[in-house]
Amino acid sequence: MKAEPLATTVDSAEIAKFSGLAGTWWDPTGPMAPLHALNTARIRYLRDQACAHFGRDARATQPLVGLRVLDVGCGAGLLAEPLTRLGASVTGVDASAEAIAAAQRHAEGGGLVIDYQVGGAAAAEGIFDVVVTMEVVEHVPNLDAFVAEAVAPLKADGLFVAATLNRTPKAFALAIVGAEYLLRWLPRGTHDWQKFVRPSELARALRTLDLHVRDVSGATFDAATATFALSRDVDVNYLLSASR
Amino acid sequence: MVGQTLALALAGAGVEVTVLERAAPEAALAPTFDGRASAIAYASARLLAGIGAWEALAPHAQPILDIRVSDGESLLFLHYDHRELAAGQPFGHLIENRHIRFSLFAAMARAGVRVRAPVEVRGITTDEFGATVTFADGTTVRTRLLVGADGARSFVRAQAGIRSRGWEYPQAGIVLTVAHELDHEGIAHERFLPSGPFAILPLPGRRSSLVWTERRDMAAQITALDDERFAEELRDRFGDFLGDVQPSGPRWSYPLAFHRAETYVAQRTALAGDAAHTLHPLAGQGLNLGLRDAAALAEVIVDARRLGLDFGAADQLARYEKWRRLDAVALIAVTDGLNRLFSNDVAPIRLGRDVGLGLVNLLPPLKRVFVGHARGTSGKLPRLLLGEAL
Repeated sequence: MKAEPLATTVDSAEIAKFSGLAGTWWDPTGPMAPLHALNTARIRYLRDQACAHFGRDARATQPLVGLRVLDVGCGAGLLAEPLTRLGASVTGVDASAEAIAAAQRHAEGGGLVIDYQVGGAAAAEGIFDVVVTMEVVEHVPNLDAFVAEAVAPLKADGLFVAATLNRTPKAFALAIVGAEYLLRWLPRGTHDWQKFVRPSELARALRTLDLHVRDVSGATFDAATATFALSRDVDVNYLLSASR
Repeated sequence: MVGQTLALALAGAGVEVTVLERAAPEAALAPTFDGRASAIAYASARLLAGIGAWEALAPHAQPILDIRVSDGESLLFLHYDHRELAAGQPFGHLIENRHIRFSLFAAMARAGVRVRAPVEVRGITTDEFGATVTFADGTTVRTRLLVGADGARSFVRAQAGIRSRGWEYPQAGIVLTVAHELDHEGIAHERFLPSGPFAILPLPGRRSSLVWTERRDMAAQITALDDERFAEELRDRFGDFLGDVQPSGPRWSYPLAFHRAETYVAQRTALAGDAAHTLHPLAGQGLNLGLRDAAALAEVIVDARRLGLDFGAADQLARYEKWRRLDAVALIAVTDGLNRLFSNDVAPIRLGRDVGLGLVNLLPPLKRVFVGHARGTSGKLPRLLLGEAL
């Protein structure tokens, strides 16, 4: 029997949960609506961090041109497609074959060339200037193993960017009680608060791999406009970047 | 004009854009194509400057320094005096539409905007990823976003299956340019006569543009009169406060109608300007409202593009729709209400509105709200209307 290479970095129940939603990933009013709302803040953060790190002009039409980006846990490509339009050469990997199929179909329809592979970071070929993993680490069974696999193909001068949910009482109140139970914004059971990751835990996992945190920013939801804005409040949604 | 403004704003920000025009440029620029003049609000002028179309327009723009609203024979005037505004800025400018069209065409040529004119669009199909436009000669063009800025009887709107609601006023607008003996001193007059509003709008020199509202049957009879009888009817209403008045050039008659599209967006489609809404022309806000559509849509598109987002996707179009809807609804309600209130000769209503106009004059904060709308600076403004870059 073949060894299961993803065993420590992937939770099969979590994969099944997201595979079931694959057909609705690209509907901004569907179950993935919060991800679409969050996407603007995520891309802005990633673009600006990458531009600062690599000395690019963020106002250029294609500020990321020439950069190889690996998107770990890419889903149906909500992040991979905008990064491609901003000029990056993107490889997207996801453990859900259904999500990858949806991603391939959508990229083709939009005329975008993106290298999609089923699996973890190890499924990607070559080395990368940027490794990004957004709304993923709160779903993995072993954080240290996941991060080690994700940054393995990162170049020496590369940039690592993650987005996730903090394990705070406020995050429990907003992301689980609020979003899943009161607003029914997310399907119940989308998140398990126990698996949320504190910035310090992510930083520690990165430090053992000789990566140091450059920036931690919050993404704060504004109920009046139903949008997320970058902020200093990292209690719920936050983004982190690190380099060597 | 709205579509060309949008195209210029987008081209300036590096977005690839193609303009499709039904009419050939020569026809659209002929002096007989459109006899109207537009009140370009202060914010709209900033937008035109930002897209490189204002410099050529400035010599043809008459600053509006004062607006006097009066009610028939009433002596109660409502003054909007620009000296009450900060920084001595005029309310806006009066410009003949032919000059605006010419300036926009010239700016498009300078900016290298791709224009296909004249073209006849036969059909439009949309899918999840884009829109395909088919021309009469069988050729097609594919785009991520199709903008319908094709007028009150919009083909794009009909093809998208967007319904539009509205009604026709029992009035028509007679439009013409007049020459007068005395200087108008930059003062615009809006008189509410029993048949409807009669607006005298200052143009450069000793000329004014008239929007003369009449019952439909009367309008047809009046425009059909010979020159001498027509001039008599005109003087009856215009008066002699600017000395002798002579009609100059052709007369036009436009049916007055109001409509608003039920939604401004559909799959890979957005509506702007008259395709989305028309107003009663009494407040001179129709083009300004359309230019605000163009500025808002350009900002939504450019902001999305800077993040690599698909600007033709439903969530981006929803942003545009949400931003613009309130503005249009408010203006349609205000202008329609004014018309109904004033196109009326019932004594208690007359008294009420005389007192009302007098009161507005006495209440500076309320007046500032009206003035703000006249200048186009109410509400959350797109960057282009603030004179900022996209």
